[in-house]
Amino acid sequence: MPCEGTRLRFPPCPTARTPFPLVPCAVVPGRRRLPRVGARMTLAAGCCQAESGPRCGGLRQRRPRRPASEPSRPSPLPRAWAPLEAPVGVWAPLAFVTLLSFASRFYRLSEPPHVCWDETHFGKMGSYYINRTFFFDVHPPLGKMLIGLAGYLSGYNGTFPFQKPGDRYEHHNYIGMRGFCAFLGSCLVPFAYLTVLELSKSLSAALLAASILIFDTGCITLSQYILLDPILMFFLMGAVLSMVKYNSCADRPFSASWWFWLSLTGINLAGAIGVKFVGLFVVLLVGLNTVYDLWELLGDISLSLVTLGKHLLARVFCLILLPLALYTAQFAVHFAVLNKSGPGDGFFSSAFQSRLIGNNLHNVSVPEHLAYGSVITMKNLRMAGGYLHSHWHLYPEGVGARQQQVTAYLHKDLNNLWVIKKHDSNTADHLDPSCSVEFVRHGDVIRLEHKETSRNLHSHQHEAPMTRKHLQVTGYGINGTGDANDFWRIEVVGRKAGKRIKVLRSQIRLTHLATGCILGSSGKTLPKWGWEQVEVTCTPYVKETPNALWNVEDHINPKLPNISLDVLKPSFPEILLESHMVMIRGNSGLKPKENEVTSKPWHWPVNYQGLRFSGVNETDYRVYLLGNPVVWWLNLVTIGLYLLMATCAIVAMKRGVQLTAEFKELSEVLLHSGGKIMLGWLLHYLPFFMMGRVLYFHHYFPAMLFSSMLTGITWDTLLKFCAGRLSCSMGRRVYTYGTLALMLLIVYSFYLFHPLSYGMVGPMASDPNSPMAGLRWLESWEF
Amino acid sequence: MLGFLKQPVVVTAEINVNLVALTVMGLVNRLWALSYPRAVVFDEVYYGQFVSLYMKRIFFVDDSGPPFGHMLLAFGGYLGGFDGNFLWNRIGAEYNMNVPIWSLRLLPALTGALCVPLAYQILVELHFSHCAALGAALLILFENSLITQSRLMLLESVLIFFILLAILSYLKFYNLQKCSPFTAGWWFWLLLTGVACSCAVGVKYMGLFTYMLLLAIAGVHSWHLIGDQTLSNVSVLCHLLARGLALVVVPVAMYLSFFYVHLTLLYRSGPHDQIMTSAFQASLEGGLARITQGQPLEVAYGSQITLRNVLGKPMPCWLHSHKSTYPIRYENGRGSSHQQQVTCYPFKDVNNWWIVKDPGRQQLVVSNPPRPVRHGHIVQLVHGITTRYLNTHDVAAPLSPHSQEISCYIDYNISMPAQNLWRVEIVNRESDTDVWKTILSEVRFVHVNTSAVLKLSGASLPEWGYRQLEIIGEKLSKGYHQSILWNVEEHRYGKSQEQKEREVELHSPTQADISKNLSFVARFTELQWKILTLKNEDTEHKYSSSPLDWITMDTNIAYWFHPLSGAQIHLIGNVLTWASANVATLVYVCLFLWYLLRRRRKICDIPEDAWRLWVSAGGLCVGGWAVNYLPFFMMEKTLFLYHYLPALTFQILLIPVVLQHLTDHLCRYPGKPTGCSAVLISGDEGSEMMGFIVPAAALTSGTLHYVPSVVTLPCLPEGHGENYSVNACTAPGKVNCSPV
Repeated sequence: MPCEGTRLRFPPCPTARTPFPLVPCAVVPGRRRLPRVGARMTLAAGCCQAESGPRCGGLRQRRPRRPASEPSRPSPLPRAWAPLEAPVGVWAPLAFVTLLSFASRFYRLSEPPHVCWDETHFGKMGSYYINRTFFFDVHPPLGKMLIGLAGYLSGYNGTFPFQKPGDRYEHHNYIGMRGFCAFLGSCLVPFAYLTVLELSKSLSAALLAASILIFDTGCITLSQYILLDPILMFFLMGAVLSMVKYNSCADRPFSASWWFWLSLTGINLAGAIGVKFVGLFVVLLVGLNTVYDLWELLGDISLSLVTLGKHLLARVFCLILLPLALYTAQFAVHFAVLNKSGPGDGFFSSAFQSRLIGNNLHNVSVPEHLAYGSVITMKNLRMAGGYLHSHWHLYPEGVGARQQQVTAYLHKDLNNLWVIKKHDSNTADHLDPSCSVEFVRHGDVIRLEHKETSRNLHSHQHEAPMTRKHLQVTGYGINGTGDANDFWRIEVVGRKAGKRIKVLRSQIRLTHLATGCILGSSGKTLPKWGWEQVEVTCTPYVKETPNALWNVEDHINPKLPNISLDVLKPSFPEILLESHMVMIRGNSGLKPKENEVTSKPWHWPVNYQGLRFSGVNETDYRVYLLGNPVVWWLNLVTIGLYLLMATCAIVAMKRGVQLTAEFKELSEVLLHSGGKIMLGWLLHYLPFFMMGRVLYFHHYFPAMLFSSMLTGITWDTLLKFCAGRLSCSMGRRVYTYGTLALMLLIVYSFYLFHPLSYGMVGPMASDPNSPMAGLRWLESWEF
Repeated sequence: MLGFLKQPVVVTAEINVNLVALTVMGLVNRLWALSYPRAVVFDEVYYGQFVSLYMKRIFFVDDSGPPFGHMLLAFGGYLGGFDGNFLWNRIGAEYNMNVPIWSLRLLPALTGALCVPLAYQILVELHFSHCAALGAALLILFENSLITQSRLMLLESVLIFFILLAILSYLKFYNLQKCSPFTAGWWFWLLLTGVACSCAVGVKYMGLFTYMLLLAIAGVHSWHLIGDQTLSNVSVLCHLLARGLALVVVPVAMYLSFFYVHLTLLYRSGPHDQIMTSAFQASLEGGLARITQGQPLEVAYGSQITLRNVLGKPMPCWLHSHKSTYPIRYENGRGSSHQQQVTCYPFKDVNNWWIVKDPGRQQLVVSNPPRPVRHGHIVQLVHGITTRYLNTHDVAAPLSPHSQEISCYIDYNISMPAQNLWRVEIVNRESDTDVWKTILSEVRFVHVNTSAVLKLSGASLPEWGYRQLEIIGEKLSKGYHQSILWNVEEHRYGKSQEQKEREVELHSPTQADISKNLSFVARFTELQWKILTLKNEDTEHKYSSSPLDWITMDTNIAYWFHPLSGAQIHLIGNVLTWASANVATLVYVCLFLWYLLRRRRKICDIPEDAWRLWVSAGGLCVGGWAVNYLPFFMMEKTLFLYHYLPALTFQILLIPVVLQHLTDHLCRYPGKPTGCSAVLISGDEGSEMMGFIVPAAALTSGTLHYVPSVVTLPCLPEGHGENYSVNACTAPGKVNCSPV
């Protein structure tokens, strides 16, 4: 590696002359047991030693064994960076960035006073919590519960319908919910600041990372509306921060702060997955970090096995059991709050619905065993499967035989009713009150007659409309008189022949007698002619799937006594499992349509295309979610730069090049701390390439947080490295001006692009009269 | 000189009889009675059609993988003199006499047979005993599923062969690395690794997994090399460059060459033409090329053109209009402009012709000299037969209410003026003054008044629109998507002034000059892209299975069934082999973790070199199994048991590895305290035989039970099958088979 070689053969300044005398806090002997922490601290002291005294003090106020000498350490050098940091230590910059962050997020929070983008979903779901009506969403409940709570506390009464983007809020109080999201979004900046500070021990790196996040238009926009993303990112960054903190407590295991940060990590993890499943990536990050941590501990022979076991147990408890318990608790609250029937009922099984007040299955009492002559509805057991349905419409020309359609329908309707009859006799016998009731038994051959149209459930050797390899199912016959293709054998899974069939609880399979196929729902949506209901087919493949299983939901038979079916109510683990299955199905069902332009993961780091939050035309108040291009491109370049620097450093070390002490420390920060952040970025970005579902630009923002922190660390290291090679005063100047230039660049670009988040009115950017004219640097930006 | 007079010339040949015997056994086992059954078996129906197309030199696209595998099969057909005339439409159909089924199946069988000695050699190169190597080879030799798969015209055995070859050559190369780098042998094995990798990838994309594994292993080894401070910087660089050349550059070049051969061989147009762009089609002989041959290249004002949508999904189609108008009210109650319909029509038709008109002039003919249309020019598009102008306005499209309706303007004399100016934007232009070219240019039409873009929505219109595809004006162009791009396919310079003449002209075939061939790179990129993105509808299959079923062998595939005799071929594994392979994997993983954790605590259970051997053999075998198996859990396509065979091969190699390790280090000294003092035991017959016993047991039990499933058992009443005692033919009512 010639470049590295020459660079590193440069004669180092003698210690006395180095710009970074390695004296301050960390070198105090005997303070730390683990050498790597010590090395990091040296660095902290290294370059910015003007700040080091007070800062170390500030950082360690919580720590009991703080050396007394530290705070009083004099600052030996003239304050080249005085305006940035010197006298105020760490807390003043922290307060400053927090203030800026809150100011930028809360500025014009109430604008625009109408529903923007996905507020229509999440606002609506918040209202559902306030109204306690049950709904279904593909994300876990925590985020929406918090939104609902914020709305409730701020006096929103849950009456606004949130119908579509652009609806005016009028008198409804929406500021509370937006303010809550903006509050959490503002916390990201101090979190990032503290994380970077902890990792790199360099104030300027932390300030750089914080300013990137403060002045990124994308982060501002995303934090200002009623969305899940600020909540998700809050927990995510919280988890990263507490993970970093507990890592740096590694020298004092089982101390109070160690326990505090460890359990805080677990709590934040539970929060992150509780908002969106994307939170799993940060779980993975923390998991990998913990495994590495344990591996290091295992290699430390001085620790006894008992201590190791304690370490392991502590982590299992705080990072696995605690989050799991909290996560389950969220669902318990979710189910307890949402106890009224609502729009989400149809997605869940009959047993689940019986829990919901207002649902027709709630406190229901029906005849328990199926009998001939009963009027029933049948529900498919597939998750979000519909009711067996038919109506007065025929299959169109060219789609199988031209007979009456049979579909699966998610909503409750009179057309879902069917009458069970014997295959060889007619209705009258059963309705005759004098006739005794005859129960349907496992293995019986039956006929199902559609109540409204009096046609029989029928199948034959024609291909089904969508699933070509299955057979078509139709309604056939007049007034219940059909042919032998109307005969079905009814069977219950796991039951012996001759047993009765129970309502709700029996899982029923209907086998077509003539062809041997099984009645099932394929899950595919029919086109317009089928009213976009779900296809029902007869599958010749005999496989045990819920697609081909049904249960009886409603059951009307005046001749039988009704019994209460409270016993059916599912237990909490069952509904937990079921709601997860439904969510996973829902998520994988979000597939992009043919010919639809969708956002691709490679677009994101390039800032290729944004999202319209509000407004389309010139007269509208327009908000456009787009990252500050300067910031994003800086981030993008930095990733390449980081990889280059890390490779050079690691190869140089592997080749055994003699490095000076401060280069060693720099590469330590680069590889160790930077590596963690880089891993976070990869984990939050790469999996999207493998996802089949519809993707949006805002999915990149968690990764963008990591990328921004990496930018802070990398540039700081690079500048220190350059400064280290120059003479002392020169070096300091390069370092100062470099950092300042980067920050000014960020602030100036924010000044240019701030209308993206705070709203634009007037002509589009393509018009030369627009205030944004000349800023449409990419043709794909639509503002 | 004349030294041979003084001393005798001695040729010492070292022949490993084991290896030769294994090869012969493999050949016998795979090649014996190869042309039975003379009927289409399972996926032969699929690969066969491609072989036929190769023989006839007709172009096709197969989304299942790159063309090298098909080419190899076709090579077999070529050797056997196959003329390609066979209708591959049904599993079980009898082959005609002109199908050289023996030579078609020869290549997969040969590669399958060679896997046996390869397995032997791999274990030897891993520094395991010959006994263990023999065990591995025998397990491969007698694995029913591998035999079945090799004896038919299928690609898995070819794939496995190349995978094993790549592994073996890398091991050979690595072993040479220590003593003699940069010698001829070193280069040979290094290059062979790259070549075998690219062949594996070329046969099926699954080969990519093994390629990645090898790259990772090579990466780890190179990293050690970098750390080796006895080497100078220059020699480290040379080593790295050599690896980069052989393991990256060579495979990529080979892969390109497969496509080059493929595209050179297939020069005739065929059934899959429609999937490709017009430019690609025009480069094939026949088909579109016959029509477009000699068209004028540059589109000029007055040109008569047909416009094809570039995307070709859901089906390829051309911009079309006809006399019918949009219904005044749609079924859902929304209103329309009631103007003439504009659709996209998937068939060639005279109504697909449009005339490019200069808004400033009235003529519909090409002036002399022609005035070409360039990027950014504003044009009107006139429908040839009805002479109405392509128009869009602020009315919702029939099926996509968020977009604008596209119509051909009819002046109803209401306050709705014509808005028929379109800006031509050439997307793949080289400069801003590019001329709009036939076939080559991909063009976007931007409406001047509303800046809507002409787009194919993908939905089909209902009855009133004759089920043709909907065309919309998308107001918010969300960037680049192929559904908004159009290219001129048929093209001629219009000459007729009068509408009557023009109609005659539109009906006549096009004629003129100029043809343009695409470069190889353009054709390769397009074909590769189509192969990767072409999605067949997910089809449920009777024998499809999930990855979890594979390890437990809960699934099988009936390949073939003779309707009269009841003879069948089933793909099913050797139970004992599969079970012991699973156990071996489990034991390996557990032991590995155990050693690893204890080594971390500085407790060494086995000596250092035994540990290294254990890691490298396991990394290869378990790693190979994992990379070839686990990715299937994330795939959404229809999966079959045969997808597991490459993974299984690696798992089988692991059995003797684990057995030898167990006998050497664990069973030998049960009471011995663990520690660094354990000694590597020199090969002793008794212990090493352990590596052999289980495989041998596996064979005997497995083959006895499963032979019927491998070699099909004819029990034809005519009795011209071989003489087997058969218990597979138990179909009721069949003639009981006895030796003839």
